[in-house]
Amino acid sequence: MQNNGWDEFEIGAMLRSFDGEVKDIATTPQEDRNYSSNNSFTASVADWRIEKPIFNKDYCIDCQFCWIYCPDISIISRDKKMIGIDMDHCKGCGICVEVCPTNPKSLLMFPEQADEEAELAGWPEKDKGEK
Amino acid sequence: MAFDKMELRDVEVWDGNFAAAQAMRQVQIDVVAAYPITPSTPIVEGYAKFLADGYVEGEFVMVESEHAAMSGCIGASAAGGRVATATSSQGFALMVETLYQASGMRLPIILNVVNRALAAPLNVNGDHSDMYLGRDSGWIQLDAYSPQEAYDLNFIAFRVAEDHDVRLPCMVHQDGFMTSHTAQGVNTLTDDQAYGFVGDFKPMNDMLDFDHPVTHGVQTEEDWHFEHKARQHNDLMTKVLPKVQAAFDDFEALTGRKYNIVESYDMDDADVAVICMGTSVETAREVAKEMRTQGIKAGVVGLRVFRPFPFEQIKEALKGAKAIATLDRSSPNGAPGALFNEIAGTLYNTESRALLSGYVYGLGGRDLTKQHLVDLYTELQANVDAGKVTTPLQQFIGVRGPKLAFL
Repeated sequence: MQNNGWDEFEIGAMLRSFDGEVKDIATTPQEDRNYSSNNSFTASVADWRIEKPIFNKDYCIDCQFCWIYCPDISIISRDKKMIGIDMDHCKGCGICVEVCPTNPKSLLMFPEQADEEAELAGWPEKDKGEK
Repeated sequence: MAFDKMELRDVEVWDGNFAAAQAMRQVQIDVVAAYPITPSTPIVEGYAKFLADGYVEGEFVMVESEHAAMSGCIGASAAGGRVATATSSQGFALMVETLYQASGMRLPIILNVVNRALAAPLNVNGDHSDMYLGRDSGWIQLDAYSPQEAYDLNFIAFRVAEDHDVRLPCMVHQDGFMTSHTAQGVNTLTDDQAYGFVGDFKPMNDMLDFDHPVTHGVQTEEDWHFEHKARQHNDLMTKVLPKVQAAFDDFEALTGRKYNIVESYDMDDADVAVICMGTSVETAREVAKEMRTQGIKAGVVGLRVFRPFPFEQIKEALKGAKAIATLDRSSPNGAPGALFNEIAGTLYNTESRALLSGYVYGLGGRDLTKQHLVDLYTELQANVDAGKVTTPLQQFIGVRGPKLAFL
């Protein structure tokens, strides 16, 4: 954002989310939205994360729980199918893992530096509830 | 407009509160969020009654405090509604934090302030402590001296505040009880005249414009805050008074009632002048006329617009005066008095170098009598005759005990 002078911005402590007019924004995928430079969509907060979620689509039932519970809209879902995680905005809170109902879970938390391929290969087995 | 119109007589007997409530009905306010406090309660109560009786299409939001009242107004205004409320004194003080939000967010909210003293000691009567408390808040402040003016200035306030070149909130002040509860004849506008004068609300960056989403109330730090405040100050200093004058001109064309940014009475040839606000202006006018029968050329200057402070108009009004008294109806608490300081600041670099003295009066509703003003004008004339201020620069009028004077 430019460092404009006092006479070079719109009055009021307000910011626009999008450049220009928007129509049917709710049905427009995020990647197709004309976000303004003021919108936090263009800012990466990935470095806030200590642990990251990894998504294993083999067990996912597309229940959308993770999508609806994510506080940062970082679950990418299209046509009610879970696609993956927006790693620019995910802060690693782990709520998606907490709410995932499958057994084994389709989302698990791993250290930020963990290798996705390796973790998917070593995914836990179904918990049979044995004590 | 899908609401019932009200037929008013040309002249109605209204007190200042009811006059303000009628103005709020006639401009069809969308949202009033309010909390009651003496002496302003009848304003929002009046609006609520009009709403309940089907004379307004709007929302009345009952809240738990004045802080919440103004917060509700801010939300409704940011959403894109025509918004107003009323308060006094302690309630006004509780609103202060949100007053700065409203002005910084450039929301054209109208706040009727029925001036009342600030505790302690607790006091419900009129002085200008709350009005003075608001003077750095970035709001426009208009001052009414009578119920008629409380009615008229509400229309001016909406017209100016909502102008897209201004977009600043505006207070309409009237004196607690002296104006708010004193019924006088008020010349009315018809509902169509009143609404036509103010016009439809024209939203700007409203949150309910879903095609242009905005975030209101953003945070800025040292990189942006200064520019926002500078812009607001610039607009107060350069844009507001011309718009106020234009609104006064249009209002005069509509009603025949003429208002000025600074009201001057008998000032054309005045040697001695009193400058004050509120109901005291009317008392001073009467005394000034009587002083003239005794050979003292007395005049009165009343501030109609307190913020932005009308430097040029005051210079013009006071240019011929030889001795001037400022009347501050608020305890200066360790300073010469706001009006004294501001008039001094206004006149210091002018040619006139009039003799300036300050008076503190009327705290907590203490009367300012005609005799007080006779004595005051007599002192000013003595200053003129002596060619210097013969009294201390700050004196107290009407307080019991040994004479109190400083500076």
